[in-house]
Amino acid sequence: MSTATRRKTATELDREEAFQFLRQMMLIREFEERALKLFTDAELVGMCHVSVGQEAVAVGVCSQLRKDDYVASTHRGHGHCIAKGADIGRMFAELLGREQGYCRGRGGSMHMADVSLGFIGCNGIVGAGIPIAAGAGLSIKYRGTDQVAVAFFGDGATNIGAFHEGLNFAAAFCLPVVFVCENNMYALSTKTSCVSGAKCVADKGAAYCMESVVVDGMDVYAVRDAARRLIDRARSGGGPSLLECNTYRYYGHSKSDTRPYRTREEEAEWRRRDCIDNLAARLVKAGLATQEQIEALHAEVLRHVEDSLNWARSCEPTKPEEVGRYVFAE
Amino acid sequence: MREVFYRQAINEAMCEEMERDERVFLMGEDVGFFGGAMRVSRDMYAKFGPKRVMDTPLAETAIVGAALGAALTGLRPIAEIMFVDFTAVCFDQIVNQVAKVRYMLGGQVTVPLVIRTQGAAGKSYAAQHSQSFEMLFAHFPGLKVVMPSTPYDAKGLLKSAIREDNPIIFIEHGALYNSKGLIPDEEYLLPIGKADVKREGTDVTITAHGRCALQAIEAADRLQAEDGLSVEVVDLRTISPMDEETIFRSVRKTGRLVCFEEGHRNIGVGAEVAARVVENCFDYLDAPIVRVAAMDVPIPCARELEAAMLPNVDKLVAAVRSLFGEHQMIQSGAAAASGRYVR
Repeated sequence: MSTATRRKTATELDREEAFQFLRQMMLIREFEERALKLFTDAELVGMCHVSVGQEAVAVGVCSQLRKDDYVASTHRGHGHCIAKGADIGRMFAELLGREQGYCRGRGGSMHMADVSLGFIGCNGIVGAGIPIAAGAGLSIKYRGTDQVAVAFFGDGATNIGAFHEGLNFAAAFCLPVVFVCENNMYALSTKTSCVSGAKCVADKGAAYCMESVVVDGMDVYAVRDAARRLIDRARSGGGPSLLECNTYRYYGHSKSDTRPYRTREEEAEWRRRDCIDNLAARLVKAGLATQEQIEALHAEVLRHVEDSLNWARSCEPTKPEEVGRYVFAE
Repeated sequence: MREVFYRQAINEAMCEEMERDERVFLMGEDVGFFGGAMRVSRDMYAKFGPKRVMDTPLAETAIVGAALGAALTGLRPIAEIMFVDFTAVCFDQIVNQVAKVRYMLGGQVTVPLVIRTQGAAGKSYAAQHSQSFEMLFAHFPGLKVVMPSTPYDAKGLLKSAIREDNPIIFIEHGALYNSKGLIPDEEYLLPIGKADVKREGTDVTITAHGRCALQAIEAADRLQAEDGLSVEVVDLRTISPMDEETIFRSVRKTGRLVCFEEGHRNIGVGAEVAARVVENCFDYLDAPIVRVAAMDVPIPCARELEAAMLPNVDKLVAAVRSLFGEHQMIQSGAAAASGRYVR
């Protein structure tokens, strides 16, 4: 973006951008809510980790990325994938094990990817995408392009070796990587603050002398503003940085988690800060939208989700006789 | 033809491929200015500079993870891990990420990545610097595992590995770097996935890889001279995918098989070779299959202890002789000269 274009601040909403944020966050939420329902309806089997509550992080960060920028994600990665521009029909098809699914049924929820969008994959191993993103950063620097790589990860990942090795690697070689921590406070049931020596995740970034910023991960504008600055910096050769977004997953770690380790009051407190509800309220308050328009947008998103799901259901199933395909490149 | 060291053959393969394709680069601990802990990348830093011969932090997960990230985004890295034992430090990146990413993503990506590493028992390096891990990596679909025994094989196989669009674990033998061999003056490539009959014979087949292939040739020469046995040596060269056809052809000819390896016997490469031969060549076998491998104890430091648990040429010779019971031998000069035993 040229410096001549004045950027609007969070208090000065751009209607088009705000609607785009709102729609994207709604799309992520409704995709995941629908996916969960597929499990309860026994239409789906397998593993599924949803990011409901955390949508502002995915949308705020990815809104500042170009199509040719890279994203490496986590086991809780549907939102990042959608925010990077993936087609939810093909995502549903992947969950349902269809040939038209992004990974032709080989990956499922935890390995969702659209490499044509620079989205190089969700990951079933906590922290593993971090050094891979550093490698994408190395590749960018080696090839001399102005792309940027982003690694998403949770707070739990910041206690594992791959996190520290990946950050150190990127810092040592001044690579264009933004490390984005979605700090939802819990690694499954364990409160991360109880098992980490550092006060916050950003302190760990500081150990590698990279700029480390903490933002309200429930506010898409706070995420956007920080991401914009850090991504621009990486793009212009300023090196890696760490963005810690304080957020909350409304559901458990996975389907089987009934959340006995936290109170319903705590959950209600975070839900009051909901990224979608709050943005909608702000838009109405600012006179940029009516409640009817917000509801119409939500209805359109729900229709899109249902249409995409129905398209996915109509896709052909995977072919057992081809189970051996894609182990090796021919 | 000219004579080169094994170390030099590997160095030449990397240099030639880096000259040919600017996407190819080497990264690892001490590979740059220092020329590698085993001096395999000597002079490459001066030739290609720090960008293409890159010293990394001492952090195997970062090395392999970053190499994978680079491979997924347009480059063709060669990542060096100083000792094969250290791949245990980054096992996740190798077996959960590198090996599977193409499959998990339904073929959206290729992984043109070579992980070069080395290992050797018999040097009193003790339990964490002497191991054989080829059977571990061979277990995982998506990885190809290559182990050259000669300078000729090392150069031709490494050049092919670098050009391949699949991840390759390339395990050099640490005791062979100063061994010499002939290589052609002109460029050549060797196919990955093909075994090599290093010595032809008719009485018994020995399968081996890495330095063991050379020791098997030594054993074969002795058995020929002392027992009149005609021994065929199949150098596996690629552990996975295994070249069954070459192994089966040999066993169908000889009817006897000895599997020889430096790694532990338990769930080793020999076990896999033996299982495949039994499944496919049962009717051709004239004797039980014998495995000659390291004892199932961690590798000790003291010379005497290490020698006691490692396989060697003497143990291999004895194992081959055990397939031809004393009573079956005809010690006459004529039989020995014909190279045949009569049952």
